[in-house]
Amino acid sequence: MKLFTSVCVVTLFTAGLACAQQGTTVSSGQDTAALEQKVRDLEDRLVALEGQMRVLKAQAGQMPAPIATLTEAASEAPAPAESVAAASAPVILGGAGGSAAKALNPDISMIGDFVAFAGGNSIRPSPSLEMHESELGVQAIIDPYARGDFFLTFGETGVAVEEGYITFTALPGSLVARVGKMRSAFGKVNTMHNHVLPWVDRPLVSQNLAGGEDGIDDAGVSVERIIPFPKSIFLSATGQLFRGDSGTGDQLVFQSHRRGDVSTVAHLRGYRDLNESTNIDLGFSYARGHNELGTNFITSLYGVDATVRWKPLRRAIYHSFVGRSEFIWSQRQQAPFEQRAFGMYASGEYQFHRRWFVGGRYDWSDRPRDANLTDKGGSAILTYWPSEFSQIRGQYRFTDYAGDHKTNELLMQVLFSLGAHGAHPF
Amino acid sequence: MKLVLSRAGCLLAAAAIVTASLFSPSMAAAKKLNVITATTDLASLAQEVGGDKINVESMAKGYQDPHFVEAKPSFLLKLRQADLLVVVGLQLEIGWLPPLITQSGNSRIQVGANGYLDASQFAEILEIPQGSITRAMGDVHPLGNPHYWLDPDNGRRVAKGIAGKLGEMDPEDMAYFQQRFQDFDRRLSEADKKWQADMKPFHGRKVITYHNSAPNFAHHFGLNVVGFVEPRPGIPPTPSHTLEVINMMKRDHVKVIMVEPYFDRKTPDSIARETGGTVVEYLPSVGGVKEVTTYFQLFDYDIALLMKAFQANP
Repeated sequence: MKLFTSVCVVTLFTAGLACAQQGTTVSSGQDTAALEQKVRDLEDRLVALEGQMRVLKAQAGQMPAPIATLTEAASEAPAPAESVAAASAPVILGGAGGSAAKALNPDISMIGDFVAFAGGNSIRPSPSLEMHESELGVQAIIDPYARGDFFLTFGETGVAVEEGYITFTALPGSLVARVGKMRSAFGKVNTMHNHVLPWVDRPLVSQNLAGGEDGIDDAGVSVERIIPFPKSIFLSATGQLFRGDSGTGDQLVFQSHRRGDVSTVAHLRGYRDLNESTNIDLGFSYARGHNELGTNFITSLYGVDATVRWKPLRRAIYHSFVGRSEFIWSQRQQAPFEQRAFGMYASGEYQFHRRWFVGGRYDWSDRPRDANLTDKGGSAILTYWPSEFSQIRGQYRFTDYAGDHKTNELLMQVLFSLGAHGAHPF
Repeated sequence: MKLVLSRAGCLLAAAAIVTASLFSPSMAAAKKLNVITATTDLASLAQEVGGDKINVESMAKGYQDPHFVEAKPSFLLKLRQADLLVVVGLQLEIGWLPPLITQSGNSRIQVGANGYLDASQFAEILEIPQGSITRAMGDVHPLGNPHYWLDPDNGRRVAKGIAGKLGEMDPEDMAYFQQRFQDFDRRLSEADKKWQADMKPFHGRKVITYHNSAPNFAHHFGLNVVGFVEPRPGIPPTPSHTLEVINMMKRDHVKVIMVEPYFDRKTPDSIARETGGTVVEYLPSVGGVKEVTTYFQLFDYDIALLMKAFQANP
């Protein structure tokens, strides 16, 4: 690489010299213009070479570091942090520096989710202070045909693979397929990780009917395709096949008793821009699997979700609004009667300042195992963003659990993100 | 068990049928290349060299902060039809573009595929950080400043790169693209002469910008960016930093504050009031205002604004 650079320099120098010599002999404006052109061309070539060098450096991750880096590194101490700058293609190096040799390492991020609760709740108790979740994200392009994403969540005691899947991006027929463990495409909240929710907790309907915090999250296969539709409407269909295990304890939704007890999820999504700042997103979901009572006991879930977003493009970093609602119907076979439960939430979040968001949520949900029992609640939320990489959130939550158990709680959350800059969810 | 499998089978079969029946209307318009760019400036450059042999559209609008574009599904409709995706690169689009590319289901434009073009490889990149960087410095770009298109020399280089790429993808029209590039190059050189002449009296003038998005512009036109309204990239103004900026501007007789159209004017306006300076709402991108529809008009507009501001504050 050093040789390469010196060749460039010599070329330029020679060119400059040539220009100078010619400049003294000829003085007509045309020739000067021609020379200027020549110098400019050479400059362009140098910039082009520099660009190629950046690309090469980024690609040749496995190769030894360029000589320039090595010599500098030799004079310095071990970790040559300088080379963070060296790789200049879309490859993110970790915050602690590294060398070009690490350019092919995956993007690594860690998100901390600390939650505090105040007030009493005997129905769904939570600890007062808790490092609720530490999510490790490891993401990379695997090969020209696929990318891989892992999200490992550490609780205070255990570890779980929240998601870990390969996405095939180069399939024919515009298909996008995923294989691995993933949050299923049932509705909106189910697809969202904790740290992207606009609330500290999850809505009652998710807790009661759709598997709680983990949601319908299982190992399987997913196929998605955009369906062409006129009038600039975006339509996409997703079909998923899972082993059939989701949720635990009283939040269990599906349980597989034998290999044939697979569960299926289907999702149809329609989206339209109403204008450049406002858009509407509609979804229809279906999930079916076996419940804990046995192979012959089926639980079916039907869902409708609607989202309205507003974000004026000229002031996108200062103001926005997201209104969202989901309706879920659960049909659960059990003795002696099938239970048909319904639940919903409606929420809104308004950004009134670059760093401030205010929101509210209304909750209503039957219990799936006894649909005569209904929980209701409401929340008010205030969120502050010190930067894109951290959030502080307070939430007041009132819940009226079935059987006249009323609770008032204050929830507080601190979210912080380390490492690679992940994409913002939409 | 049978029931379950047959239902699952039905679902998959249905998906397969939908897929098969809706195959490939995208192959129909083979002649014109579909080019999607991340920003309007790249679209404008692609249009200059692509002429009527390409359809080109930008995802971000010119009056939008290119760091914070929403990954709307409507972009997927464009991306799935694209033959070529041109991006600014240097992590400018990292917050929104990667999931769109993955979800597009378009193998031609995946990162590293033939239809993915990172325009930063052609441009002169400034401010590539040396030494260790941390987010304590704000939302820094570890690969260098991505606002490189505001230097006409880089505009020419990127246009040349795009012309080369178009020729590679559509060899029949290679000569056409090259000829269009030559023409663009000639017109740009002429325009640049005028811009340089216009800016010559103001060489070395000190300015403040809101975000660090004008180093290439300043480099080309000989301006001296001495401070930013943001205390650190991506961090909103703080009272103490604003005070520092005001004091510095008074001390060094800095009179011009350049602000991108997508930032709040409150702080820059109050700085201008305190220092007797002028706020210039310059355009970082084509399409920032309705009248500016080409790469040429972008510089015409910005330079006219700056000249006026410099003349008003001698």
